[in-house]
Amino acid sequence: MSAAAYHDIEGERRDPGFLRRTWAMVVKEFVQMRRDRMTFATMIFVPVLQLTLFGYAINTDPKHMPAVVLTRDSGPLTRAVLAALENTDYFDFKEQVRDPEEMDRLIRSGKVQFGIEIPASFERDVRRGDRPAILVIADATDPVATGTAISAVQGVVDTALRRELRGPDAEVKSAPAPFEVTLQRRYNPEGITQYNIVPGLLGVVLTMTMMMFTALAVTREIERGTMESLLSMPIKPIEIMIGKIAPFVLIGFVQMTIIISAAHFVFGVPILGSVTLLVALSTLFAASNLAVGYTFSTVAQNQLQAVQMTFFFFLPNFLLSGFAFPFRGMPHWAQAIGEVLPLTHFIRIVRGIMLKGNGFADMQIDAAALLIFMVVAMGLALLRFRRTLD
Amino acid sequence: MKEIAIDVTGLTKSFGTRTVVHDLSLQVPKGEIYGFLGPNGSGKTTTLRMLCGLLTPDSGRGTCLGYDILTESDEIKRKVGYMTQRFSLYTDLSIRENLEFVARVYGVPDPRQAAREAIGRLGLSTRTDQLAGELSGGWKQRLALGACILPQPKLLLLDEPTAGVDPKARREFWDEIHNLAAEGITVLVSTHYMDEAERCHEIAYIAFGELLAKGTAREVVDQSKLSTWIVSGADLHRLAAKLETCDGIDMVAPFGTELHVSGRNKRALDAAIASAKKADGAHRWTRGEPSLEDVFILLMDKSKDNFA
Repeated sequence: MSAAAYHDIEGERRDPGFLRRTWAMVVKEFVQMRRDRMTFATMIFVPVLQLTLFGYAINTDPKHMPAVVLTRDSGPLTRAVLAALENTDYFDFKEQVRDPEEMDRLIRSGKVQFGIEIPASFERDVRRGDRPAILVIADATDPVATGTAISAVQGVVDTALRRELRGPDAEVKSAPAPFEVTLQRRYNPEGITQYNIVPGLLGVVLTMTMMMFTALAVTREIERGTMESLLSMPIKPIEIMIGKIAPFVLIGFVQMTIIISAAHFVFGVPILGSVTLLVALSTLFAASNLAVGYTFSTVAQNQLQAVQMTFFFFLPNFLLSGFAFPFRGMPHWAQAIGEVLPLTHFIRIVRGIMLKGNGFADMQIDAAALLIFMVVAMGLALLRFRRTLD
Repeated sequence: MKEIAIDVTGLTKSFGTRTVVHDLSLQVPKGEIYGFLGPNGSGKTTTLRMLCGLLTPDSGRGTCLGYDILTESDEIKRKVGYMTQRFSLYTDLSIRENLEFVARVYGVPDPRQAAREAIGRLGLSTRTDQLAGELSGGWKQRLALGACILPQPKLLLLDEPTAGVDPKARREFWDEIHNLAAEGITVLVSTHYMDEAERCHEIAYIAFGELLAKGTAREVVDQSKLSTWIVSGADLHRLAAKLETCDGIDMVAPFGTELHVSGRNKRALDAAIASAKKADGAHRWTRGEPSLEDVFILLMDKSKDNFA
């Protein structure tokens, strides 16, 4: 087109007006949206994920919580009591234990939520009117999880016994109650919510910040064009990875100090276990999140995608780890997902150390899970990291 | 026989179905400034990246400083300075921090001292702590070159180092490159500028992934067998449109107040010019010398024909 012709056209061109200009912008935005697959996926996936998790997985009145029984009496009354408890749907009797130590160990490690002990000669004492005591031990680190179950215990056992005690023992029924229930809310006897939330917060904060930091690490280099010159230098992928993760371990350390101090001194959360162990395992947790973030960063095309990926990862961690809602209250599929998330294991660790005074032996499995998580994430990152621009 | 710094044969690289570099062979003698020319997207950057181990060639083989480009890229990276087309130092680090980082990665003893010396050489001593991102285009390029040569490489691969830089800065940049070559460093530099091509010891012209010509600037012009007439006068625009359609005239290019009219076949061109001259009395016609640019544009047109 010649210059003259171009100018002729421009002479006729009118101001396109508000609507046309706005429309131009709308068209452009839609085209860009379609190109950005990850954002597109976010738009569809996030609502579906949230609906599923909130709709199906979350339950603030958890039922079928794992429990163990220690029975020192095997009469029909004992069986009736246990049957009645199980009928409430709150308890899921995993096994019979032989001694109180084993029961303690199972509760402390978090394998079961309740321990129920029926004393020796329970039946005889009931019939005699001696009002024996059933001991119900609840792991009350999460008061929400155990609250309703505890309140259900008393009434239910009562009715069960009354049904069983008929005939010659009927006069026992006239007494106010033929037995007592001794309740032990372990680890958080007053049911203080902060005791549960604040330690968990340590995990949530570390997950969110650590992952975000490293998720941008590689994508930023690529977006700014510095990756090209970095790759042309004699530096190995593992050196780049460790060099990028290490500074944030230190940042994580500072965050830990702030949160643990605040938990203890501001919110009065006890630290029954070893602070050193807590810090050591928190560092491991921080490192595994950094590794996950770094892996995202090697996969993402740009920084926005990296942030979206961390969000995808954070959401189930937040909802399914037992931080926001009782872990045992979730359906099995959700618990299964929760088991492979690092935050789930860390929350067990941090609540275990702070509230239960657990030592390393009680938390080997959770610590191992974090370690495996970290190693796998780092391995993936190194596999994904491209040494060339191919 | 001069020592060879880069010796590659049959380099080929495709991205998807698009062949970006096709069967490229290149020998660059040690201590030479070797110019790498070609239009955008011709495969210059891809070739440089293959030489320094940033890309793996699909086929072909060769050596860089005696190291195999396929298997010894770690050695190559240690001895080669690669300056990317886009500024790729950290804009949020200061000049000193950038140089110290480079020095540390390459294992230069006493990185602080090395960075300080490099800053002195660059003439940036007063701006040591300025962020690299705040520098002007010309200074960015100088800093990037400074970072490249800090670890004392034996070979420099410079990818359009002077794109968007003003003439004075370009001149200084090239003086520096010549100084480096005098010290024995081999330089492979890609560029679009013809004046820069003429400052190279040798040049290679690449288009659509194929090497089309190589040699000294003089040799490349001679090899092209191109003849050129220069026309001056009024209303060259209309004349150019007329000449373009003539047989024997392969290329018409305006150069300010002159028109360069070139053809591959000298006799056919002279005949075309003679008849055009007869029909037109208003212009001055003189026999001229084809410029490197004329040659390259012709090479490009020719290769486009080949690919069509």
